[in-house]
Amino acid sequence: MRALHEKSLKTFFIDGIRWNLQGTPAFQIFRLVLLGCMGLGIYAYSFQARYGLSVTGMNDIVSWGFYISNFTFLVGVAAAAVMLILPAYVFHDPDFHRVVIIGEGVAVGALIMCLTFILVDLGGPLQAWHLIPGIGLFNFPSSILAWDVVVLNGYLLLNALVPAYILYCHYMGRKADERKYRPFVFLSIFWAFSIHMVTAFLYQGLPARPFWNNPLMGPRFLASAFAAGPALITLILAIIHSSTTYKIDRSVFSKLRIIIVISAIINLIMLFSEIFKEFYFTTHHSISAVYLFFGLDGYDALVPWIWTSVCANVLATLVLALNPGKNNPKVLLPACGLLFIAIWMEKGIGLIVPGLIPSPLGEVVDYLPTWVELCVTLGILALGITVVTWLVRVALIIEQNENPLG
Amino acid sequence: MSSDKKHPKESDIIKLLEGDSSRRSFIKNLSIAAAAGSAALTTGCIPSLAEASTEEMKLRWQEFFKKHYRLMTQEEKDAAVGRLERLAKLENNLDLQMGSEPPIDGVLYGYGFNITRCTGFMECVTACIKENNLDRKVHTQYIRIFEMEPGKLDPSTGDGQYYHEVPVDNKFYMGTQCFHCENAPCTKACPTKATWKEPDGIVVVDYDWCIGCRYCQAACPYYGRRFNWGKPEIPKDEINTKQHYLGNRIRPMGKMEKCTFCIQRTRKGRLPACVEACPTGARVFGNLLDPDSEIRYVLKHKKVFRMKEELETDPKFWYFID
Repeated sequence: MRALHEKSLKTFFIDGIRWNLQGTPAFQIFRLVLLGCMGLGIYAYSFQARYGLSVTGMNDIVSWGFYISNFTFLVGVAAAAVMLILPAYVFHDPDFHRVVIIGEGVAVGALIMCLTFILVDLGGPLQAWHLIPGIGLFNFPSSILAWDVVVLNGYLLLNALVPAYILYCHYMGRKADERKYRPFVFLSIFWAFSIHMVTAFLYQGLPARPFWNNPLMGPRFLASAFAAGPALITLILAIIHSSTTYKIDRSVFSKLRIIIVISAIINLIMLFSEIFKEFYFTTHHSISAVYLFFGLDGYDALVPWIWTSVCANVLATLVLALNPGKNNPKVLLPACGLLFIAIWMEKGIGLIVPGLIPSPLGEVVDYLPTWVELCVTLGILALGITVVTWLVRVALIIEQNENPLG
Repeated sequence: MSSDKKHPKESDIIKLLEGDSSRRSFIKNLSIAAAAGSAALTTGCIPSLAEASTEEMKLRWQEFFKKHYRLMTQEEKDAAVGRLERLAKLENNLDLQMGSEPPIDGVLYGYGFNITRCTGFMECVTACIKENNLDRKVHTQYIRIFEMEPGKLDPSTGDGQYYHEVPVDNKFYMGTQCFHCENAPCTKACPTKATWKEPDGIVVVDYDWCIGCRYCQAACPYYGRRFNWGKPEIPKDEINTKQHYLGNRIRPMGKMEKCTFCIQRTRKGRLPACVEACPTGARVFGNLLDPDSEIRYVLKHKKVFRMKEELETDPKFWYFID
């Protein structure tokens, strides 16, 4: 219907914005709520800009808190897009081909959240240009944080440009040239593993922190990410299926369930292995785990947190594995949500904070995020959700109306 | 007069194109405008029009875009130090004497701590706070003294926050601070090379280059680093005005800081403030490359050990017993 118009890169962007400003009243209200959350985040951040990180709950002992916790978890969500990319592009699974673009949209949103979390966590965000190679001074390859900057930005580029190219071709009414994007798809598959491994190495490489200095860290990051990420994508697909005209085949959900179950079970096995190592013969390297699971010297803020997480994790994994409702979405979707939250609790606060407690000289303190941290985090999550909805909306409209292949 | 008014634009352009001097003033005006913009960024407030053209804003602009300390030539270091002195004068009416003394050839600093002598008076802590302009509001301290039970040698078993009369019978005292590792995990971790080991063994931070990510703090096995969570507060009459670029100058908000073996003193041949203040002589400091130094005597004749030796960070800080 729009074939009469002259189409170009410019109209591609203009149409993208136009489609996103239109929509049902409910959609507009959703947009306004997200905008309000982002405004709240900016308001909260203004305190941090004025008074520094002293308005957060962090201190010299717990020097990383809620921001880095969410960053760590969301890297996993971003990496999990590979669980759709791999079957879609490499094994040419037709079911996944229809949804892979949504997975990539989620990855882009998650990466933007990751980078924003890093930025708000910096004490000197105005000095962030010191990280730009050429202008600044980059401690590469020595610093794992420098590696992380490279892999995160690279993955963001890969995940934004490949779908953008495919969508643009479809928008222009032609088939995307697979020879052009296929190498980048393969690169992005390796890259997805690398973003999560590098982020794990960020912690794993510190001999000062025995709780993190654990060779299982990287693999366990991957297993938990490949459970939590597809769980989130399942939920997003369910929302798209029920609230738009873009219908998603049931087989996609059942294939995703198998991916989630396998990853979740591997994750639980590794969790058990870690707990065994810490508690079968407790040494002074296990003190952080003791603090996390049982509390130390009367400090036990994380004890209910981690046990809630472990119980939710086991319950959700069992439900997804045993599949009591025989693929009934009313059973599977809450289980996916529960698993996602359980892994968020464990891979976020449950991983970062106990690594810093007790301090290397033995001090124990409890960490609680302040309202500033909570509101900034809410704002960043709203930003991420906004990015995902914008990208997905454009993608779905193009795929439905303008795709020459139907 | 009237002809000038008719072609104001033309004459302006001619002025700009003519001669070096007017071009220079044009660039100067540009830089002042840019300084005003950047100052709004760096201070987080919008400057009034009168302030916009001040020297202060221009200096802040130049400070914001200066190079990493190690990439500066000596002239650039002198200029940076001059700017910082001038800014302190403009902002707080302080007369600083800031230096950028390079390491002395043939010197590698080492530190010894006598656990049999230390009685936990904490004179060292007080001296360090004063000498290094540490934040009084949140009681930042580089040195920690742990009261220890006999039979234990790990400070995590001791009490680092005692408030009672010392010495206590059958207890001993163990001081910790930055140990200036030969193989330092913090310098390896820093993504911007804002912290590094100087040739005389001192691990320093370029406060203006640090982005405040705190990865070095997570990497330090000795809890040797402190972060400026807010703006440091020091009573004006207590500010130590004898400063070093890499040492005790007042740190900006959101930057990492640490013990520098009092670089502003030791590079002029003096002792660190903690060593000078210790009433029992438990602290020994000197040049490891000088065979006649006291620290070499201690290493040769006393029973010495280092903390967390298994991490192989090789701290230049030894504990010893008489």
